[in-house]
Amino acid sequence: MKFRYASAPYVVWSVIFVVVPLFLVVGFAFTDSSGQFTLDNISKVTTYTAVFMRSIWLSVIATVICLLVGYPLAFIMSRCLPSGQRTLTMLIMLPMWINFLLRTYAWMTILEHNGILNTILTTLGFQPLNMINTQGAVVLGMIYNYLPFMILPLYSIMTKISGSVIEAAQDLGANPFLVFARVILPLSMPGVTTGITMVFVPSVSTFIISRMLGGGSNMMIGDLIDAQFLGNAYNPNLGAAISLVLMVIILLFMSILNQFEDSEEKEGMMI
Amino acid sequence: MKKWYAKTYVSLVMIFLYVPIAVLILFSFNASKSRAVWAGFSLKWYRELFHNELILTSLYNTMVVALVASVVATILGTAAALGIYSMKRKWFRSAIMNVTYMPITNPEIVMGVSLLLLFVFMSEKMHLPLELGLGTLIIAHVTFCTPYVILNVLPKLRQIDKFIYEAAMDLGCSPTQAFLKVIIPEIAPGVFAGFIMALTYSVDDFIISYFVSSASSATLPVTIGAMVRKRISPEINALSAIVFVVVLAVLLIYNFISIRHEKQIQKGGGSFR
Repeated sequence: MKFRYASAPYVVWSVIFVVVPLFLVVGFAFTDSSGQFTLDNISKVTTYTAVFMRSIWLSVIATVICLLVGYPLAFIMSRCLPSGQRTLTMLIMLPMWINFLLRTYAWMTILEHNGILNTILTTLGFQPLNMINTQGAVVLGMIYNYLPFMILPLYSIMTKISGSVIEAAQDLGANPFLVFARVILPLSMPGVTTGITMVFVPSVSTFIISRMLGGGSNMMIGDLIDAQFLGNAYNPNLGAAISLVLMVIILLFMSILNQFEDSEEKEGMMI
Repeated sequence: MKKWYAKTYVSLVMIFLYVPIAVLILFSFNASKSRAVWAGFSLKWYRELFHNELILTSLYNTMVVALVASVVATILGTAAALGIYSMKRKWFRSAIMNVTYMPITNPEIVMGVSLLLLFVFMSEKMHLPLELGLGTLIIAHVTFCTPYVILNVLPKLRQIDKFIYEAAMDLGCSPTQAFLKVIIPEIAPGVFAGFIMALTYSVDDFIISYFVSSASSATLPVTIGAMVRKRISPEINALSAIVFVVVLAVLLIYNFISIRHEKQIQKGGGSFR
């Protein structure tokens, strides 16, 4: 079959709109507003260390909770009858089809000072809680939005674990803990790494969720980048430098994660 | 799922996933502007939603961008998949695949910012007509949608038995005929799945669109983003309720069709693959 040149338009397209823009980010990061080479932007990024640490820390918490909540759920799903599996997959995917801004907006309604949860609490005679504009609210928003990204890859890898493998381990005398540690966990490892990537990457680069649920005081890397490009702190060169550092953080994170994974059979894991 | 604790656990997660959506829908019928106090049933916000010029324009923009971008992405991506599949040089192939994974693995905000830099650079320094608007939105959406088309079509191409194509030519088909009668029907499900995926991602995208759109070309998610910052706008509840019901209906119909399809296959004994 000879379609060798059919990909030419796509190659040209991706060079112009994927590769060149990334080089532009690098170029802007190392120049000042007049186009002269400078390292000022990169060194200025260090003044935002607190924002970077907060973003990474909150994303790690959100990722760990997603894993702890999603793992048992994915396992239960994979042991259901086919009809149950289909229904549960649909139920988990359905919220993803509603824009994340609307879903986050719903959480604002629930968590606000005179929001639903506090109204319920005060009617029951409790003191209202301070929930919105806290780091906890930001983590909650990330968990809520990205939990399906953890469950679905885990589930798709767990359906491949045959029930007879688990039974064999039990027959050979393994207790439930050993069955989990020696059979289920190693076999589901590719799903774990994919799930972690798919939750951590959008969490660490999130920008509007943090503003909606965290208020102004819980700024994340994404908000910082936004402020340099479309916000009042207009400085695209600094924004490019922050984006570059963000990409480096994610690359480092992914290379650490790759240590836990066999390099083969990666394709097809993306939904 | 026999054990009671498994059932309880699944129910708890489902409650977590659906309570916010239930809240949105419930308060879309609230007569008062408050988002916490129930003041009686009303369809006021639905009425106001359909008289909101801004929302209707954004809806129109969203549909134009999504349709154009996903059609272009489907054509571009299918051609690209054919090319990648029949490519001989391995290094070139893996280079293209790496570039294809880039828009998927790179954070969306970096994609948005890098495209914004490109468009500003091109229109200011190179004087190309690339001011932010529907055009730049479509370009950006094609860029992040095409990889999904490629990743849906490539596996289908790998499943094709190469000899069928050759057999068709041995039996007198021209290469074009063989392509139309053998390759196209085999990859059609992948092309369709890629198109639907491109359409959904395009309709749903906020982050990249936010950076490459202008005020007059805002898509629905971008408009919602602007409304949400002002905090009080109950029309948004009405909008989410409509979106939810539409999506639910589509998924139920799809589920229903696929169950019937499976039953037919079981009855007939043969499969289509």
